Amino acid sequence: MSGLLIWPILLPLAGGVAAIFVRTGSRGSFIVALTSAGFHTIAGGLLFWHVHLNGILATQIGNWPAPFGITLVADRLSAVMVMITAIISLAVTSYSKADIDASLVRRGYYCLLQILVCGICGAFLTGDIFNLYVWFEVMLIASFGLLIIGQSKTQLDGGVKYVVINLLATLLFLTAIGLLYGLTGTLNMADLHLKVPLIANRGLLTAIAMLFLAAFGIKAALFPLFFWLPAAYHTPPVSVSAIFSGLLTKVGIYALIRVFTLVFSVEMAYFYTLLPVMAALTMITGVLGAAAQNEFRRILSFHIISQVGYMLMGLALQTHLALAGTLFYLVHHIIVKANLFLVSGVVKRLQGSFELAQLGGIYRSNGWVAFLFFIPAFSLAGFPPLSGFWAKMILIRASLDIHAYWLAFVAAVVGLLTVYSMTKIWAEVFWKPAPVINHAAEPMTARNISAWMLAPIAALTMLTIIIGLGAEVVFRFAFQAAEELSHPEYYVHAVLGKR
Amino acid sequence: MQTVCAILVGVMVAASVYLILDRNLIRFIFGLVLVGNAINLLIFTVGGLDSRRPPIIPNHTTAVQEPLANALPQALILTAIVIGFALLSFIFVLFYRTYQDLGTVDTESMRIAEADTDHLPPPAGATKGGSA
Repeated sequence: MSGLLIWPILLPLAGGVAAIFVRTGSRGSFIVALTSAGFHTIAGGLLFWHVHLNGILATQIGNWPAPFGITLVADRLSAVMVMITAIISLAVTSYSKADIDASLVRRGYYCLLQILVCGICGAFLTGDIFNLYVWFEVMLIASFGLLIIGQSKTQLDGGVKYVVINLLATLLFLTAIGLLYGLTGTLNMADLHLKVPLIANRGLLTAIAMLFLAAFGIKAALFPLFFWLPAAYHTPPVSVSAIFSGLLTKVGIYALIRVFTLVFSVEMAYFYTLLPVMAALTMITGVLGAAAQNEFRRILSFHIISQVGYMLMGLALQTHLALAGTLFYLVHHIIVKANLFLVSGVVKRLQGSFELAQLGGIYRSNGWVAFLFFIPAFSLAGFPPLSGFWAKMILIRASLDIHAYWLAFVAAVVGLLTVYSMTKIWAEVFWKPAPVINHAAEPMTARNISAWMLAPIAALTMLTIIIGLGAEVVFRFAFQAAEELSHPEYYVHAVLGKR
Repeated sequence: MQTVCAILVGVMVAASVYLILDRNLIRFIFGLVLVGNAINLLIFTVGGLDSRRPPIIPNHTTAVQEPLANALPQALILTAIVIGFALLSFIFVLFYRTYQDLGTVDTESMRIAEADTDHLPPPAGATKGGSA
């Protein structure tokens, strides 16, 4: 069964390597990438199914017994994240067929995309904290390449900020790992769970936890560490924006959940007064930042920040229900967010701009595009019965349960302001009559939108609707996953065997 | 020995923070090199610096003799150095390319991706919104 854990990492790696060799032919590399992403989705699905039926799966690479070797572990959280990653990878690869031109493919676009996915899956599956750092770096270097591919001036400008801040985050992460190793003498996360409570030096432990929070906080774009995100996410090609927005910040959230439920499971009162405040400020600044923007992708970028705040809120509240809410939110958000970026690319293709002022009338000219925007946008804003409504409802319910009324209030208000941003896009891009001076040379709606672009958008929209209508099934799964997270004994048992 | 190293790490980090906070990207790179080395030294230091035996099993015996040195921090540092080297070479190329295209290494004047159209005139040659 250990193969199940290796394939989701190995397949994109192999796909990436193969894509290097065929990169001169844009058709060939697309086929390689699509095949790899397709098999990856199957592997992710099988892993998810296995973990769902049989519980936590762990394997020791090279048969080095834990805690000495590198362990791969999939609990319900990892498994569902790997599966969603594979789905987004497949959708974005298909979309790239029409979005990415041959010159970018020659520069290794598909190769970088596959390596990025490989790094993300590695980060989700590893059970070793230093190995997590290595996967972060794999992910990072691939994302650097993708972000500046094409090398337009805006990309280079956004790229510098992204690279600089993310690099500092990994250095903080490395420092934290070094200090933690000095204290405990182990890097295996399950083993750390057992050793950390024995540390007498609580002060240093808090400092280390703080370093982890800062490092992952930068990755996840939490307040006040998010400034790199709105500087960079609207600059690369749409396919790249979509996969970044869906997955990268969520790896940061995943790492936070993993480290703070497993490694630092000891009582840390200081943190749990800090986290809710950070979550609230992240939500508020994100949504207010979005309200000030008038560019399609920049509005969506700021909304990533506010949404990440909701996910942190679930972790900050520390109850089963809240954690389940976070997981539900992760699943819902990755699909919806990537989808919205993909739709923005279709709009750009139809009317040649991302500026709201230069867009308009798409509801009349391309009704189906309007529909494909409507579903994810109002799911993001939390309209019932779409997926976002249930995710927000679980989190708000969880905060009411432990009498954190102010946090519930903030979450509700931010949800309302999200509606404001989404209706702004809706009114400007889809309802408003098309502006008269619209790139005079190009006649509107003359361009055909390729089926390679529409199929993934339709599929992701379908998934949003399915999650919304089948919320109970998803919630039950999320609740089981949350139980696993709040009982690290299961994880430790799966990794280290009987103790 | 450990105290000396700890102080050295502190000094190196302080110097690198000073450099990293500079608006000039060249200084930033120097700061990055310095902080990378400081962190490697930190891992080395917390791994233990007193004189112990190497973790090698001598001839005609079946077990190592205590106290033995821990080889893992070196392995971690080696990994970190390799990764750091790759990232650094990427950064050099990125910054150089940025300098060629934008004509500046001052982060304050890099305002193309986030052009503040209300207050500042857009920089020369700015492409508005999205990839050109």
